[in-house]
Amino acid sequence: MAKLTDLTLKAAREGLAARNFSARELAEAHIKACEAARPLNAYMAETFDQARAMADGSDRRLKAGEGGLLEGIPLAIKDLFCTKGVLSTSSSKILKGFKPPYESTVTAKLWQAGAVMVGKTGMDEFAMGSSNMTSCYGAVTNPWRRKGDNKPLVPGGSSGGSAAAVAARTCLGATGTDTGGSIRQPAAFCGLVGLKPTYGRCSRWGIIAFASSLDQAGPLARDVHDTALLMRAMAGYDPKDSTSVDRPVPDYAAALNGRVKGLRIGVPKEYRVDGMPAEIEALWQKGIEWFKAAGAEIVDITLPHTKYALPTYYVIAPAECSSNLARYDGVRYGLREKGADLAELYSKTRAAGFGPEVRRRILIGTYVLSAGYYDAYYLKAQQVRTRIADDFRTGFERVDLVLTPTAPSPAFGIGEMMDDPVAMYLNDVFTVPASLAGLPAISVPAGLSADGLPLGLQLIGRPFDEETVLRAAGFMEEAAAFKAEPAWLGEGRA
Amino acid sequence: MAIDRATVLKIARLARIEVRPEECDHLAKEISGILAWVEQLGEVDTRNVEPMTSVVAMELPRRADEVTDGNIRDAILANAPEVEGGFFVVPKVVE
Repeated sequence: MAKLTDLTLKAAREGLAARNFSARELAEAHIKACEAARPLNAYMAETFDQARAMADGSDRRLKAGEGGLLEGIPLAIKDLFCTKGVLSTSSSKILKGFKPPYESTVTAKLWQAGAVMVGKTGMDEFAMGSSNMTSCYGAVTNPWRRKGDNKPLVPGGSSGGSAAAVAARTCLGATGTDTGGSIRQPAAFCGLVGLKPTYGRCSRWGIIAFASSLDQAGPLARDVHDTALLMRAMAGYDPKDSTSVDRPVPDYAAALNGRVKGLRIGVPKEYRVDGMPAEIEALWQKGIEWFKAAGAEIVDITLPHTKYALPTYYVIAPAECSSNLARYDGVRYGLREKGADLAELYSKTRAAGFGPEVRRRILIGTYVLSAGYYDAYYLKAQQVRTRIADDFRTGFERVDLVLTPTAPSPAFGIGEMMDDPVAMYLNDVFTVPASLAGLPAISVPAGLSADGLPLGLQLIGRPFDEETVLRAAGFMEEAAAFKAEPAWLGEGRA
Repeated sequence: MAIDRATVLKIARLARIEVRPEECDHLAKEISGILAWVEQLGEVDTRNVEPMTSVVAMELPRRADEVTDGNIRDAILANAPEVEGGFFVVPKVVE
């Protein structure tokens, strides 16, 4: 039998149902893999005892024939999700020691479905970053290496710890959150599937807020089918989130029939950006050919405001973050620095607790919302956001899906690209537009770069049409036949 | 628009984040750089364009105005850095 950690989530479910192994055995195998993977620093908190107890509960339910959708499945949870009694810090010093007395809706749904938590994963501080370099727990290392080169690479961000944890096979799937690409870009960098659902599909309740009009939870997994299973457990209406949408959750896995004949696939010319590596352009072309060969119709479309998506995002996201992060005051939870008076306590606590990128964004957000600048920056950005969403609305009159690359480069080295914030922001050039428009989008590993690193292709769909997104993603996965494995699996683990 | 040291200090005060004087020049340069990049939004014609205030077209849901939670004082105080007699403790505010 294959190693338990090599199973997909789907195969593990089948193995558990057939009682080929117990949930406890599955948990122990992943705990061992977590221990072996400590050099990657993917986890900021391990919850092995909890995992064992949860797995034992799963075994009892499986025995009684009462197993849920994810019964006994070991998962990793991004540090942005509040988990009752377990460290939840957004990988920020300012939430030092915070153990929530409540559980986020999305994680509660996962436990309800029977999943087992092996640990919490590191991330860019408050999900602000594309490299996982801004975590207060230090960088996470990507399990992949360039061919013939041992230089450690970033796993992407902000859900970089989750991506590294899944790619190193320390869990069968993980939660992420995506504000401007934070699920899709790390999925692409680590050779995984990552889905950002439609805004409103998953409850944001109990997820530490960054930019509330953009934040959305979603799964990272090894293949499309596993992603569909996780998505079904995570999605759903929650009265505690006023932006949560009340509509039924489909059986996403049932939509995976591999058929794309007759689908209209839009290819936006504006995504051919300056300086895009030829290999990414070539992979995109390959994706187009796969769909064409399977009988899909390729349609050239135009999304004219694409180039304004990033600057729009870098007004709106900092504005919302400056407002959301005002709650960290050193009084009710987390870090506290001494001050002679209350104002000094606030400003010293916040100076000590926030890292440079978070501080930068709070300051920019404060500026664009301040008297005299609100109209020029914030209101303007909200208007351009309307135009970006309109571009997609018009495009989707002619197509069913939009196909683009996920990121403009493969994973880069730890410590690279840290000098110029704008250069780092450009990582999200292909992912931010769908975030601004609130659309579902998935990244699927589709090929390797010349130096042997995974590259992803992105599919963007209509609001709440995750089924078509997943169906076409499943087709693309089959066409790409991506079988490469990260160097870590060959060398790193025992 | 380039921002200067005085503006950095002003927004830092608004944001209640202490900024050391020696950091001001660097921050002013960084923030100016980002704002200069953002200014390309000025190229977009947004006359008669409504600002996007809701991502998904929906009515804001309402619920009955009633207490649904409470009596969890200890849970609320459990993570506080300083607590006394069931209260959060802060430095003296009123002389």
